[in-house]
Order: sequence, then structure tokens, then C-alpha cells
Amino acid sequence: MNDTTPAVRLAGVTKTFGSVRAVDGLDLTIEPGEVVAFLGPNGAGKTTTVDMLLGLSRPTSGTVEVLGGDPRHAVALGRVAAVMQTGGLLKDFTIRETVELTASLFRPSRPVDEVLDRAGIADVADRMVAKASGGQQQRLRFALALLPDPDLLILDEPTTGMDVQGRRDFWSAIRADADRGRTTLFATHYLEEADAYADRIVLVRHGRVVADGTAAQVKAMAAGRSVRATWRGADTRALASLEGVDSVDVRGDSVVVHAKDSDGVARFLLTQTPATDLEITSRNLEDAFVALTADAPADTRDREGVLA
Amino acid sequence: MSTTTGTATGTVVPTERRVPPLGGFSTTLVGLELRRLLRNRRAVIFTLVMPSVFFLLFGTDGDYKDQASGAGNLTARIMVSMAVYGAMIATTSGGAMVATERAVGWSRQLRLTPLNPVAYIAVKALVAMTMGLAAVVAVFVVGSLAGAQLPLWRLVVCGLLAWVCSLVFAAFGLFMGYLLPSENVMQILGPGLAILSFAGGLFVPLTEFSHVFATLAKLTPAYGVGELARAPFGGEHDLALAALNVVAWGLVFVLGAAWRMSRDTQRV
Repeated sequence: MNDTTPAVRLAGVTKTFGSVRAVDGLDLTIEPGEVVAFLGPNGAGKTTTVDMLLGLSRPTSGTVEVLGGDPRHAVALGRVAAVMQTGGLLKDFTIRETVELTASLFRPSRPVDEVLDRAGIADVADRMVAKASGGQQQRLRFALALLPDPDLLILDEPTTGMDVQGRRDFWSAIRADADRGRTTLFATHYLEEADAYADRIVLVRHGRVVADGTAAQVKAMAAGRSVRATWRGADTRALASLEGVDSVDVRGDSVVVHAKDSDGVARFLLTQTPATDLEITSRNLEDAFVALTADAPADTRDREGVLA
Repeated sequence: MSTTTGTATGTVVPTERRVPPLGGFSTTLVGLELRRLLRNRRAVIFTLVMPSVFFLLFGTDGDYKDQASGAGNLTARIMVSMAVYGAMIATTSGGAMVATERAVGWSRQLRLTPLNPVAYIAVKALVAMTMGLAAVVAVFVVGSLAGAQLPLWRLVVCGLLAWVCSLVFAAFGLFMGYLLPSENVMQILGPGLAILSFAGGLFVPLTEFSHVFATLAKLTPAYGVGELARAPFGGEHDLALAALNVVAWGLVFVLGAAWRMSRDTQRV
């Protein structure tokens, strides 16, 4: 295996269930070491794609390669591991027994105590799974995924049920491994997690990639930034006539301008008006997410593949 | 294919990734599964306690102890029938554990490991047969203390036959486990096994049945196992028919389990 082998290669992948096209011509290549967030509304095909990456289902057409080969082979060698939304745990095992059982299947496997510690459940290891909280069960799934020391880690809604501290610990563990070169692909609906922890964001809708880039690039795709300034009695007409301005709102003493060319608006406000307290903010990822994955608007099709 | 693993000390140790030997089958796995099964109080009561209680209720009448039955007394014959009943419950519930595991998604979790489906089934079968052996031994110990009489070697052969033939019900449990995606599959199978045991002549000898019912009874799966297990008593046994019964039902359940299992692994 050489270094240029992608961690994940999906080419023209489709998956149909009866008349439903869950995945519709998905192309995605992930290089080793990338931390990629996989975002999309419910039913966008995220879980179906994850299933195919783990060899739990086969594509109807197209190519699915994991670390240069068949997904099942990568799973059997422990090169890819996953925290699945649907992966169940047995209630009548203790947390430690669950890890011991799974560890017995991998060659080699990280030590049981090490993964319990890294997942933050060493202190509750002797608790029955039935008595563990949702967050502890999720940490247990994470511990199981750490056992084979995988080259590629796939996480489907990994922090569901965790409290704030748990989420933070979890992501610092993920980042530490990513810095050592582990490729990570995670699906989440906590957009701030994608924003904060991913090198790259892939937005999917109706089984296709609609945006692919850094968080900043994806946010920019949803067009523009907003410029807020304090300006009593703002001349809204003058602002609206500026190049690239989408909207102008007056809120009390403030005026908020949404514009593609935020620099131009700022320059105008600072040089030709008495406006003060200028703030420029990019739209957040949530705005981008809604704009890019919402149904209906005809122009969304034009955006497809702009950055892909 | 190789990869590198960073250790706590920061040194890099190259590791060779391999698929586990025997598809993942190991004593660790069997041991953990047994421990889990023994934690299930309901299963332990049904497999290890109830058959003995039935034996004490139905088999220890003073007359039965004095009544000869082939090479032993009638109490011993009833003891063997109850041991077969216990082994049936034990092996069926062992096999049916797959239903729970599928219902909660554990089988899906296992699909993220190198565990081979055949090794998984082998573990289930071994756990089921271990419980079956425990069930037979439990009834035999209680029986011997409560007046069952049979020469030792015949007793041992009875026990071995009851145990080995209950493999049929391990397959039955697996088949049902894949067929019924329920967490409480034994609540359905428990009464079902009681009916099969009655129909197969484990609770009441077939000689008490009418001719038609006795003939039908010989076609049910518990009949063959019971008949073979009691064969060491000597006397009249249609061993060929009993063996055919065991083999035929065994085949039906194994094929059924394999069929459901292959559909399951395609879908998972």
C-alpha cells in the first residue's frame, strides 16, 4: 500500500431500495488523515452511505473502496472501525466484558484498560450495560471502535446522548488521533461540531454531494456575510442600492446588511456615513446547511458541485 | 499489509494486522457468553431447576420407585424423560439467544468485527450444548438422590444420548431465533416446548394415548430424542424410527436456520 491510496473512494455510487433512491450518484474521495464531516438532513443518504463503507450493504451500482480495497476486508483486518447509531449493546454484559469480547476478535487489539480509559469509562467498567447511561453506552461504542486502532474511523452521530463535557472529551480524543494520521469521517447533526472539528465538510442532499469544502468555503457558498453597524436614521435606500446587497434591516439604532460583497458595504459605511461599531459576520454553518439542503428552490441545483 | 501503532511512550511499533484464527471462535468468547447466560435468572430457573421440580412432582411416587422398567425402575425412566425435557429447554434457549441479539442490534455491532458468521453460530451451539449438559446432569443428580435406579453405565449412556440428541433443539432454537425477531422469544418457545414434550411422550408415555394420537406423536420432534435417550433401559423401542425422527427434524431445523441466517446476513 502506498501513501496515495485514498482512505475512502466512492465513485458513481447509487443505492436503491425498491423505488427509493437513497444514494444517487455519490462521488467522494477522502485522503488519509482528513477529518471529514458528513452533513445532510434526515433521509439524505448518510447512513446508507456509511453502511456501504462498512460493507454492511452493497451499492446498487458504482464503486466503494475503503483503504484501496473491499470494505469487508478492511473491517476483517480492523483497518476500519465505526461507531454506529444502530449498533446495539447487550444489556447483560458489563461494560468491561463487552470490550473484552470485542477485543478477543481483533489481531492485534489495543489493551482493554487503555480503550476504557481513553473513552472515559474506566471508572464504570464493571457496571452492567443495562445500568449505564446513554452517554456511557455511546462511550462504550467508541471504546469498541478504538480496539483495532483503525486507520479509518467512521462515526454516525457519535456524541448522541453525551453531555457537554463528554462531547468535549470525545472530540479531543478524536482530534488527537487525527493528528497522528487517523482518517475520520463523521455524520452529525450538531453543526457546531462539524464547524469546530472537521477539516472538511461534505453536504449531501437526496443522495448526492451538494457542497464539499472547508467550513468557511461551505458557509461562503450559502452566499455572503452580514454587516451590522450602529447608525441612527440609516439611509436604507442608499445601502440597498450598493452592489451585491441582498437585504437591509433596521433594528432600532442598528442596521444589518446582508451582502455578497461585505467589504464594499463596510467601506461605504465607514467612509461615507456616520455609522459606528461595525461588525462583519459570516453566515453560520446552520444558515448554509439550510440554504444548501432545503428542498424546492430551483437555483439549488445550480450550486451542486460548485466546490465538489 | 502493515500499519503503525503509536504507543503511550511515543515509540512506533509496526504491527501486522491479521484475521483472528478460527474466524474469531475462542474460549474467551464462549466463557463470556456462558457467564451472560448464567446471569439470566429466568433461563437458569427454567433449565436447571424446573425439570428437576417436574421430576420430583411426577416421578417420585412410592409405587414408581418399586415398579421395574426395563433395566431400572420407573422413577429412573421418568428422570431420563425429564432430563430430555431440560436439555430441550436449555439448548433451545441457547440457540434462541440470537433473537435477542438481533432485536437489540448486537449482531450488527458484531458485523463491525472480524467474527465469522460460522464461528458465531459455533459459539452459540457450544453455549447451548453446555447448558444442555448442565440441565441433564442437574436432573440426574436430583434423580439419583430421589430414588432413581439404573446401572451406572446405562445411566451414563442415557445421559449422553439425551444430551447429544438435544443438538436438534439447539438448531431449533437458532431457527426460531432467526425467524422470530423478538427479545422475549422464550416466552413463545417455552409453552411450545411444553406442548412438544407432551406430544413426544416425555410427560406421559405414548401407551396412554389413543392409537391415532400415538401415531401422530411419533412424528413430533421430541419423540425421537426421548425414545433414543430411554433406549438403554432395554425392552421394546422402535430405534430405527426414533433415529429417523431425530435426523429428519435435525435436518429441517439446520436447513431452516441456515436459510434464515443467510437472508439475515444479506440484509444486515
